[in-house]
Amino acid sequence: MNGEFIPHTVAALFTLAIFSFLWKDNPLYKAAESLAVGLSAGYFTVILIRTSLMRTLIDPLFEEGQVLVIIPGILGLLMYLRLTRRWTWISRYPLAFYMGIASGAALSPTILAYVVRQIEYTIVPMGFGSWEGITNILIVVMVFCSLFYFFFSVPHKGVFGGVSRIGIWVIMVAFGAQFGFTVMARISLLIGRVQFLLGDWLGLIHLE
Amino acid sequence: MKWEIPLVIVFVTGVILALSDFVPHQSIQDVREFFMSWLQIIGVLAVGLGLVSLTQVNLVKVRRKTPGWIYSVITLFGLVIMLVTGFVWDYREPSNPFQFLFQYALLPIYATMFSLLAFYIASAAFRAFKARNALATTILVTAVIVMLGQVPVGAKLAPLKSWIMEVPNMAGFRAILLGIGLGGVAMALKIVFGIERAYMGRD
Repeated sequence: MNGEFIPHTVAALFTLAIFSFLWKDNPLYKAAESLAVGLSAGYFTVILIRTSLMRTLIDPLFEEGQVLVIIPGILGLLMYLRLTRRWTWISRYPLAFYMGIASGAALSPTILAYVVRQIEYTIVPMGFGSWEGITNILIVVMVFCSLFYFFFSVPHKGVFGGVSRIGIWVIMVAFGAQFGFTVMARISLLIGRVQFLLGDWLGLIHLE
Repeated sequence: MKWEIPLVIVFVTGVILALSDFVPHQSIQDVREFFMSWLQIIGVLAVGLGLVSLTQVNLVKVRRKTPGWIYSVITLFGLVIMLVTGFVWDYREPSNPFQFLFQYALLPIYATMFSLLAFYIASAAFRAFKARNALATTILVTAVIVMLGQVPVGAKLAPLKSWIMEVPNMAGFRAILLGIGLGGVAMALKIVFGIERAYMGRD
């Protein structure tokens, strides 16, 4: 028995508890699931407080003497008035700061990453002289047709209907590809768990 | 007072932050940095609100002894034990009770839950894509090619899988990303100009 046996046994018991759902919904699964909810809430709270809050509020206030950080600190605490009936409207003030800052700050990066960059990567050298050129033509046509499928200012009839029809085919292929990719990612996780149970825990298989 | 001032705050902060991307002057960049730290502080403190809510909901279940209340006890136990270990021990050290709970309880549960989806996603797909029409068949065939193209048994399909990923998949998702981008910008503008106010709740 090596030093890892007890931790691995704990992990294996939780793994088996979750796998027991394959049989049916049972108390063991529910217990593991409930524990995960509590543990993850606690884990992320600790990490957020000990990293983000310390770095942005506690250390600047108490070690660097930046008194202005008290303002967002108080605003953050005002959020808790949401739990009262009478003063709940005050929680709109911190929420307003949060939404205003977040929306204003998100505008340019969103346009850049989701619109400008996507258009930039689509405008590529095209031509029938090489396979790459033909592929680039296909990409431009497919992007245009897929976009057109979401364009509802004209009825999707005639030529427009044809373009939109090509668009939906492209989107379905994309969904199929993403679905296949997701299934394979889940299967790889499943293989990982089985390897852990049979290899790390029970020592029945040895992987190079 | 209850609505107007918050809407003014949203507008002013939103416009300042949006303009700060186009005005390189140091003063506005300082204001931007200052406000961005507010975002983090308010955001982190708001997480506590979720924690209070989680505790409240589960405590009520335990107090009223509603069916399955024992699972609420387990949730609260997990929450308390993680908070206590997280604040007593240094979370960065690799071997302490906090990291033990993360490594040997939380991670296996999450990994197994996601791996469990391999079974359910496959059976759901079988029901959903049962080749009812040409479009459903397209999804099914593409998914099978992509899945087989990643494993040794389907090595011959690997080039086709790569082409699907790099051409139609990329083109389709590029269009979706453009839609997400335009939708995100529209939503941000609606919030800044006070058209969208559902997030503020009701009186």
